[in-house]
Amino acid sequence: MSSLTVLEPGPLATIQDRGRAGQAALGVPTSGACDRAAYELANRLVGNAAGAAAIEVTFGGLVVHADVDLVVAITGAPCTGVPLNAPATLRAGQLLHLGAPLTGLRTYVAIRGGVDVPPVLGSRSTDLLSGLGPSPLVASQTVPIGRPVEPMPGVDLAPVAHPAGGQVVLRVTPGPRRDWFTDAGWQALVSQTYQVSSNSNRVGVRLDGTPLERARSGELASEGMARGAIQIPPSGTPVIFLADHPVTGGYPVIAYVADADLDACAQVRPGQPVRLLGL
Amino acid sequence: MRILPAGDRALLVELDDLDEVIGYYTALAADPPADVIDIVPAARTVLVTTTGDLATLSRTLHDLTPSADSRTTGDLIHIPVIYDGADLGDVADLLGCSKDDVIGRHTADEWTVAFCGFAPGFGYLTSAGDWNIPRRSSPRTKVPTGAVALAGEFSGVYPRESPGGWQLIGRTTAKIFDQERDPAALFHPGRRVRFVDAGRG
Repeated sequence: MSSLTVLEPGPLATIQDRGRAGQAALGVPTSGACDRAAYELANRLVGNAAGAAAIEVTFGGLVVHADVDLVVAITGAPCTGVPLNAPATLRAGQLLHLGAPLTGLRTYVAIRGGVDVPPVLGSRSTDLLSGLGPSPLVASQTVPIGRPVEPMPGVDLAPVAHPAGGQVVLRVTPGPRRDWFTDAGWQALVSQTYQVSSNSNRVGVRLDGTPLERARSGELASEGMARGAIQIPPSGTPVIFLADHPVTGGYPVIAYVADADLDACAQVRPGQPVRLLGL
Repeated sequence: MRILPAGDRALLVELDDLDEVIGYYTALAADPPADVIDIVPAARTVLVTTTGDLATLSRTLHDLTPSADSRTTGDLIHIPVIYDGADLGDVADLLGCSKDDVIGRHTADEWTVAFCGFAPGFGYLTSAGDWNIPRRSSPRTKVPTGAVALAGEFSGVYPRESPGGWQLIGRTTAKIFDQERDPAALFHPGRRVRFVDAGRG
């Protein structure tokens, strides 16, 4: 069996695949890679089957040792010191050391053959909210790698843009509880420049800014929520749900982030300015 | 019924009450429209997620007829309970009856899993009985696995150790959620549940 060994996990490194969709009615969150396009690209570059598990690295810092010859591809937030968006061979005994990303937050490391830990409820994803799936990677952990099942693609380099630095604009549409907020509240949502809070994680991106005005008080009965939901808790500032979001939530959802902008949303880092553009 | 927007991949169906939710979910889950990934019932709503076209889904959801009598059609399971919960006395006081009466009522009712949430496998069970139990004023930081509890109109069983504010009336050794089992969750929406008095430990 192929494997690699984690020497340092960095701030947070987890195993991720496409997640556990289809079980939300049982209270099982979807989870899975936060930046779906970057994750899919990494797998394609090493010729992995769709849905193979890769490593999601938050803010770089991961150091791994190749226990045998491995083919890897690194996508998403561009960490220094490693080849990006291209397949690369890691010889047995070599180290792969991801520096801090120049822009963005989450980097994906796919290994040819895929990370081969036992799946839980059909997925190898770590869900930080529900606790399902493998624990986050820790130092000196051996990570098993599966056998390649598909040929390598004839691709040397994927020409993709890095996640944006500076202000990020996310398009939003009105959500089911838009009417719980005044028109002034909606305008405040789509006109102010928010700052990404350091309390953000795989469950959600929290934004700091001016609280929104509500049109009604009272409590909402908990209801189902999908990735991209913008929930407004009593603080009045938004939480945008990401991969590990709970299946249901009890605060009104004023808007949803457009599906096409969810990967960009997964790459915003604490302190970065964010604008929400009403559609 | 109202169909509310919920992003590019989902719609939120808002219904009049929990009975209608159970009937609507039962009808939808029995014959899910093409491309539907997830159907999530809750207290007053059903969230439907799709990979397909939202306008088509909206028409399908609008035309759907909720199942009648869906409370009596799901399969029935029995959950043995040792009624020695720390809040059993408080619940008896709230209901103005004895502890034995609480146990009698809890075991006499037939419960239906209305929806899940909070944690994997945590089911919100309702019955025709008149339960209206406030949550504890200060939630416990640690509720043990298998704790049988009441809150509002619901009964539930904690699938694993977690914080919780529900009133604890007993415990069960039944595995409510087991990720090695298929299906992992014992309580899925629509399933009927009877609690059986297994003594006082």
